[in-house]
Amino acid sequence: MSDQETDTEVTEPAPPELVHGAPVTRSAGQEVVHPDRAAYPGVMEALRDDGFNMCVDVCAVDYLTRPARQLPDGMVAERFEVVVNLVSHAARRRLRVRVQVPESDPEVASLFPLYPGSEAMEREAFDLFGIRFSGHPDLTRILMPEDWEGHPLRKDYAVGRVPVQFKAAPASR
Amino acid sequence: MPGMEDLSHNFLTGRVEDLVKWARRNSVWPASFGLACCAIEMMATGASNFDISRFGMEVFRGSPRQADLMIVAGRVSQKMAPVLRQVYDQMMEPKWVISMGVCASSGGMFNNYAIVQGVDQVVPVDVYAPGCPPGPETLLHAILTLHEKIRTGEIMRRRDATGAGAGLDLPGDAPKPHLAVATPK
Amino acid sequence: MTRPPVTAPDAATAATSEGAQELHRRAATHPVELLREEGGVLRLPEGLVLDPGDMNVEVAEDETMIINMGPQHPSTHGVLRLMLELDGETVLRSKPVVGYLHTGMEKTQEELMYIQGSTNVTRMDYLANFFNETVFSVAVETLLEVEVPERATWIRMLLMELNRLSSHLLFMATNGMDLGAVSMMLYGWRERELVLSFFEATTGLRMNCNYVRPGGVAADLPDGWRPQVLSICEAILPRLDEYDTLLTGQPIFQERTQGVGVITQEAALALSATGPVLRSTGISWDLRRDMPYMFYDQVEFDVVVGTYGDAFDRYAIRLNEMRESIRLIRQIVDLMPGGDYRVQDKKVTPPPRARIDESMEALIHHFKLFTEGFKVPAGETYVAVESPRGELGGYLVADGSAKPYRFHMRDPSFANLQSLPVMLRGGFVADAVAVISSIDPVMGGVDR
Repeated sequence: MSDQETDTEVTEPAPPELVHGAPVTRSAGQEVVHPDRAAYPGVMEALRDDGFNMCVDVCAVDYLTRPARQLPDGMVAERFEVVVNLVSHAARRRLRVRVQVPESDPEVASLFPLYPGSEAMEREAFDLFGIRFSGHPDLTRILMPEDWEGHPLRKDYAVGRVPVQFKAAPASR
Repeated sequence: MPGMEDLSHNFLTGRVEDLVKWARRNSVWPASFGLACCAIEMMATGASNFDISRFGMEVFRGSPRQADLMIVAGRVSQKMAPVLRQVYDQMMEPKWVISMGVCASSGGMFNNYAIVQGVDQVVPVDVYAPGCPPGPETLLHAILTLHEKIRTGEIMRRRDATGAGAGLDLPGDAPKPHLAVATPK
Repeated sequence: MTRPPVTAPDAATAATSEGAQELHRRAATHPVELLREEGGVLRLPEGLVLDPGDMNVEVAEDETMIINMGPQHPSTHGVLRLMLELDGETVLRSKPVVGYLHTGMEKTQEELMYIQGSTNVTRMDYLANFFNETVFSVAVETLLEVEVPERATWIRMLLMELNRLSSHLLFMATNGMDLGAVSMMLYGWRERELVLSFFEATTGLRMNCNYVRPGGVAADLPDGWRPQVLSICEAILPRLDEYDTLLTGQPIFQERTQGVGVITQEAALALSATGPVLRSTGISWDLRRDMPYMFYDQVEFDVVVGTYGDAFDRYAIRLNEMRESIRLIRQIVDLMPGGDYRVQDKKVTPPPRARIDESMEALIHHFKLFTEGFKVPAGETYVAVESPRGELGGYLVADGSAKPYRFHMRDPSFANLQSLPVMLRGGFVADAVAVISSIDPVMGGVDR
């Protein structure tokens, strides 16, 4: 250690990495960007201009029963998360984007204007989780019947098991 | 008359009822109702290795009006159940249903909100074929079981008892009281 | 002549109608959705809009018919419901309605332990069983941070390429039959039986094999697998030339597929199409070469790319992908190393059955693994492979327990179906069958 280095330089944490203003974490060797809900459309547009030309997947996760998860410092964990996977053909790179969506107001901007291929995936997230995507051209159920009530993949929606002879009734073993 | 002595070899005699049953079971035409993985095995049964054509069944009719048999091949979801019933209703009597695979028979491994737990909740089933998916041999066994049931008339007897079916009269059977058409659940 | 008034649907129709999910009269459709149903990939700032006025005549709404194809129809692509607005025989708008095979598999996945997860996942895209299983297993192994032995990975690659063969053979069969070449159906299945009998010898099942599990594979390859696999390759390769002769140069087949179901590069990228649908437009993107996984960087193969984005290109791509798969299989047969077929971590993989009689520890491990399962540390990851239909990806969220907290499968057919309105616009109803068949959707994956 050279005598020019001070104590503060050794203990000071590295500045958080930002991609278009949104903090980045690493998960299992993959890069994950965490914009907040308001910044999300801008970040996605910037990422698309960066060369992430295909939106591979849009899905949602309901963290009701397991709120604790890896998030950048200072980010508030909400009940729902919308997860977007992007790929850049030129750079041969993947990127994941995770947005926190609160239960009280489960709405987030739609990616349809940027990536029309997200249309069916956002409908699925709406159908199974109840997350609304503003700006989506046709936000209706896609997998469940038209008149179904409830959003099946939410954690407070039971799996719907029918009791079967010789098997204990509760779903989890 | 000259030449008539050998004609006795050229005649078959039998009961009309047996002839009708023979005709019915040897040309059962399935309606294509392949839903999921079992449909692939059903198509494999129709292909040359397992050859459903030797039983007269290779013509999978697109229109249920022209079909005798509905092989429900695959898992029936909540959204598909009314469609299943509508296709079944469009078939003409006599009609039979084989529930192919465990998903159609009982919901299979999917005991959840999305799958009808057994297609017999929606249509009356004659033969259940277990397997996930049942191989072509199992499906052929189910088909031959159905043929056997047609041959013995067991199916028609059961239908009379429960009131299902359109109340057909076969010569030789006891006359049936007029029965209402079974209403869907 | 006045049109009859629109009446409320009767009970039978109401029972099978899906209300807001269906294709409606233009007056009842939002303009953005209308343009999407007409095949316009739109609202990009650069104005990449397909001009709806590209039809020669703008047809008035009361001169068109909205008809319904499916969900039960003989085109053997599963329970896809396609609603079409037709002007005579020409398709103006179309909308696929899916969900008729929704099985709640992602919900069921949360109830199954990791060792059982393959049984569920393998039934999603039921023609690409090993791909589904591999995606799930690799995602679990990534979070578990176990290293799978080399032999297990090579076995996975072998089975995946054989699965690609069997899936493309089924495509050839159904594509041929949909276009009228019924004998192609029988040939395709005849070849498929060869591959399926190898699957049965190795895994015990012809389909839905539940063979690739977290930690490796369930059992080693059977004795005599090399000659069996090589005989499959030797049998199928010349028959691919026969199919070439039967179909590729045949004028009727060409008329029915060339120029039918065209999609442009920009549209395919914007609609998240992958696999042969994307490659038919000329974009050379194959995960095996561009983002190599497993040992695909150690084997040689070509990526087959089309030019015109039509149904013929997609057929030709799949035919040649079969040849590439056979080439890959032969290399894998030569390169297959010895070793373990699953990771020797007692906490993850069950002990061999014989050990259970000898060792109390083995018995306890076996018991615990099959009643409680192994726990995967909390984390999330996304893993993708190149399945016969495109990019098949799995997003796994683990919470430290023995069951996945959330597992989402990114299915290629779900995204590829979004290209249908683009491909069908301006074509005939008869072309709709050819186009659906050329996309080769598997509804199990679409609906999960």
